[in-house]
Amino acid sequence: MSGLRGAASIAGAGTYGLGEAPGQSELEITAGAVKAALEDAGLKAADVDGVFCASMTYNMGSLTLCEYLGIAPKFSDSSMIGGSSNLAHLLTAMMAIATGQCDVALVAYGSNQRSMSGRLVSTSRPDPFESPYGPRQPITSYALAASRHMHEYGTTREQLAEVATAARAWAAMNPDAFLREPLSIEDVLNSRPISDPFTVRDCCLVTDGGGAVILTSPERARDLERPPVPVLGGAMAHWHRAITNMPDLTVTAASDSGPRAYAMAGVSVDDTDLVQVYDAFTINTIMFLEDLGFCAKGEGGAFVEDGAIAPGGRLVVNTNGGGLSCCHPGMYGIFPLIEAVRQLRGDCGERQQANPEIALAHGNGGLFSSQVTLILGTDGTL
Amino acid sequence: MPADTAAPGPEQAYFDALADGRFMLQHCNACGENVFYPRALCPHCGADALVWREASGRGTVHATSVVRRRPEQGPPYNVVLIDLEEGPRMMSRVETIAPEAVRIGMAVTAVIDRSGDDPVVVFRPAGGGA
Repeated sequence: MSGLRGAASIAGAGTYGLGEAPGQSELEITAGAVKAALEDAGLKAADVDGVFCASMTYNMGSLTLCEYLGIAPKFSDSSMIGGSSNLAHLLTAMMAIATGQCDVALVAYGSNQRSMSGRLVSTSRPDPFESPYGPRQPITSYALAASRHMHEYGTTREQLAEVATAARAWAAMNPDAFLREPLSIEDVLNSRPISDPFTVRDCCLVTDGGGAVILTSPERARDLERPPVPVLGGAMAHWHRAITNMPDLTVTAASDSGPRAYAMAGVSVDDTDLVQVYDAFTINTIMFLEDLGFCAKGEGGAFVEDGAIAPGGRLVVNTNGGGLSCCHPGMYGIFPLIEAVRQLRGDCGERQQANPEIALAHGNGGLFSSQVTLILGTDGTL
Repeated sequence: MPADTAAPGPEQAYFDALADGRFMLQHCNACGENVFYPRALCPHCGADALVWREASGRGTVHATSVVRRRPEQGPPYNVVLIDLEEGPRMMSRVETIAPEAVRIGMAVTAVIDRSGDDPVVVFRPAGGGA
């Protein structure tokens, strides 16, 4: 166990503008999520003294957001490691609170990606050793990893499709989810091909939306409105940026971040009541379930078969519908975190699990690159 | 010792060699590893002892995808990762066969494609494909 175990608790969480928010700017969407999270916690913007914000459009996200909200923080962080940034921010916020750099941390994200253009606007310099070959990024990078997983382990198109149909079945129980109509394996296989082996239904949505969480000391969190959700464990790892340089296309750095997060939390995979992983593509869920220890390497395809991660299955995975069916506004990392918080507090209505105590939230960034695992609990687990 | 900043760095030197018709890899004289993409420091040992060696051009398809487009955008094409005989992996495409016919494990040979604005290393099936 680590000294950071339970050093901070999530006191509030909020989302705003999930799906389509036409006419709203990125900052307006982010502010909507911040308002929801502050109201959830029973706090005001003036209480916030630490701000963590990565943006797809503002390269100094925390400066932009603080100015917009009128917050003069004692500590802020705009670190960008892709879609796992928001979960990495939670780790940093925890360290900042534990060391007295700030008392109330706001981690926020928003994007109007769908309404603005429907496409990712990359601010990165094109990779001179990949871009000449025209990979459709990020899709082709994940497709290349999927091709290797299928080659080495016999993972099938149908098994990949199972991930999408399970996500959709969960989304049907989430009024905030963008796509909720039934989806079959045949629907996935017969939808528009994008980059083999993926069709459009193997790929995450392009939506608008924002999310925010409030983190503070466990003592202060207990005095606030909502049941606190202590962060029991957290760890990050990355081994590459471009897919060409991923050491093994079938193994992500989640195989490093996951065990370290669990070790810090002092709990195990078997103690985990629900799992929220960043499903940018169907292969992600399969590889993360392997790398985080829910099944052996190579067995992820068989593990998800026959509705095993759909409602009523053997493992509770991505209860909001995931990036595949709930929302994916450019970077999805904060949403698995928020769904884990809501499940632990019993906020989830029709899809609510019975008294969960330990939840895993996992973020992925770049091209299977940056991995951040968080283990969350109820106050009783602290 | 001050760095030699008058000469082109490894990235520019790589593309200069490619323009001259040579596909070059780096070899680390400190640890013996071969390196691609070209760097200033060896990613295996950190030494600044990288020297150029011409690639054999032999490789194996490690992973493959076919990028599909709407018909008006053009035909599908493949994107592959190639394991070079010397060790490093690179992104490329396999030409002269249908994009769907590219298979993991296929032996391929490098050629320099000069049809575009800048020369790029592409691959063809080994033995007869060229």
